Amino acid sequence: MDPQKEEPLWEVFIRSRQGLEHKHAGSLHAADAQMAIENARDVYTRRMEGVSIWVVESKYIHSTNPDEAESFFEPANDKIYRHPTFYDLPDELKYM
Amino acid sequence: MHSKPTNIDRNYLVDYTLHLADSSLIMGHRLSEWTGHGPMLEQDIAISNIALDLIGQARNFYQYAADIENSKNTEKKVTEDDLAYLRDTFEFKNLLITELPNGDWAQTIGKMFFFSAWQFYFYQKLIYSSDKQVSAIAEKSLKEVTYHVKWSGDWVMRLGDGTEESRERMDAAIDYLWPYTGEMFVPAQFELNHEQQVTIDVRSIKKNWLDKVKGVLAEATLTVPEDAWMQSGSKKGVHTEHLGYILAEMQYMQRTYPGLEW
Amino acid sequence: MAQDALNRWWWPSLMMFGPNDEQSPHSVQSMKWKIKRFTNDELRQKFVDVCKEQADILGITIPDPDLKWNKEREHYDFGEINWGEFWNVIKGNGPCNKERLAARVKAHEDGAWVREASLVYAAKHKNKTSDKEVILETV
Repeated sequence: MDPQKEEPLWEVFIRSRQGLEHKHAGSLHAADAQMAIENARDVYTRRMEGVSIWVVESKYIHSTNPDEAESFFEPANDKIYRHPTFYDLPDELKYM
Repeated sequence: MHSKPTNIDRNYLVDYTLHLADSSLIMGHRLSEWTGHGPMLEQDIAISNIALDLIGQARNFYQYAADIENSKNTEKKVTEDDLAYLRDTFEFKNLLITELPNGDWAQTIGKMFFFSAWQFYFYQKLIYSSDKQVSAIAEKSLKEVTYHVKWSGDWVMRLGDGTEESRERMDAAIDYLWPYTGEMFVPAQFELNHEQQVTIDVRSIKKNWLDKVKGVLAEATLTVPEDAWMQSGSKKGVHTEHLGYILAEMQYMQRTYPGLEW
Repeated sequence: MAQDALNRWWWPSLMMFGPNDEQSPHSVQSMKWKIKRFTNDELRQKFVDVCKEQADILGITIPDPDLKWNKEREHYDFGEINWGEFWNVIKGNGPCNKERLAARVKAHEDGAWVREASLVYAAKHKNKTSDKEVILETV
């Protein structure tokens, strides 16, 4: 039982009452998940009822490297056949 | 929030709403002293928000008290500000526990936990008050207080079952605060008008409060104090020396520049 | 009271917009990244123009003898900021800064035992929490 010297960092995602997805709201420090959720409520929501909060320790989030964004994403734009707008639809199709 | 009181004798109702307003105001004021000095940024924000909740409750009760006063008195009209800022210590009816110094984080958490647990069971019954305004304020406050109890209770557990140092501090806090908890369940004259079913009987919530408190303390591996000599007097305007200092700071502006406006 | 306040706070308010654009090292990059949309001097000029109008309406005077409408520029010309004071303040040499930092340091040091307790508590209860959903209302 050796506690870390500092509270870990958590990323907070919140879905508002009318929302469909959780959006990244920010980050905070907390000793455990329970505390992280309470802190998230205090820091990022306050009076918003009916919201859903997700917290994830930052160390568990893996992301793309912004410097590599070009090589990682651009080629997809070149492959025009991957975009639905590439295809011509016959005129008879009315409801696409 | 404004509404007309009925023709039933309402003298006690002013005292009642002031007692509830004062308790929330003084507690909110004390908690706000932590702003900028909390042990962690997140807790600083949390406790400041709780203070804001309490001041919001106080405002609701002060506004209603002012309405009742003004309906009786056609000449001089009072506002919520007059009630909060121009009454002296012997007119305040806040529970003693609310005016005690914050001390360290443990003492503040202890104060908050005991007080918000009292508020929880109190408002839970008060929503059935026959007075619609009182009932409405109680309902709104209950939502906030439910969170306050949870938040402070969690901290009691973290500190009680944390390190040796945190347990010692929490123990010391509980010993210090316990003598101020008795008066929460001793009704004042203005609370004993039960035929009209506006007020609640505080004696009836004592067991709930004790069960809740003992439960949390036990889980936090803390000892419950033996029944001690209980301090009292707040509902009659008899306070500790702390209230004077609080009011001196809080009321300074209104008293120096009476009637000032933005 | 209002005039007093204006006398006291006018120049510090202008300083809040930062150094002149030539001396603002980060502005170029910030504007390239589109996180800053107007330069320090642009915002400061806007501020002066807006405040002068309001001061006139309120009947108070901005404490700047060089404040004058410039017909060609269509803006108010204003006096030079005391840049010596500015750089001293932002380097943290002022008394309020010392006090403020001391308060933050004290809060952090005084709170060490609280943070430690929450970490130890979390470690003790780590294996007990199997449920991933945290319930907020349990009274």
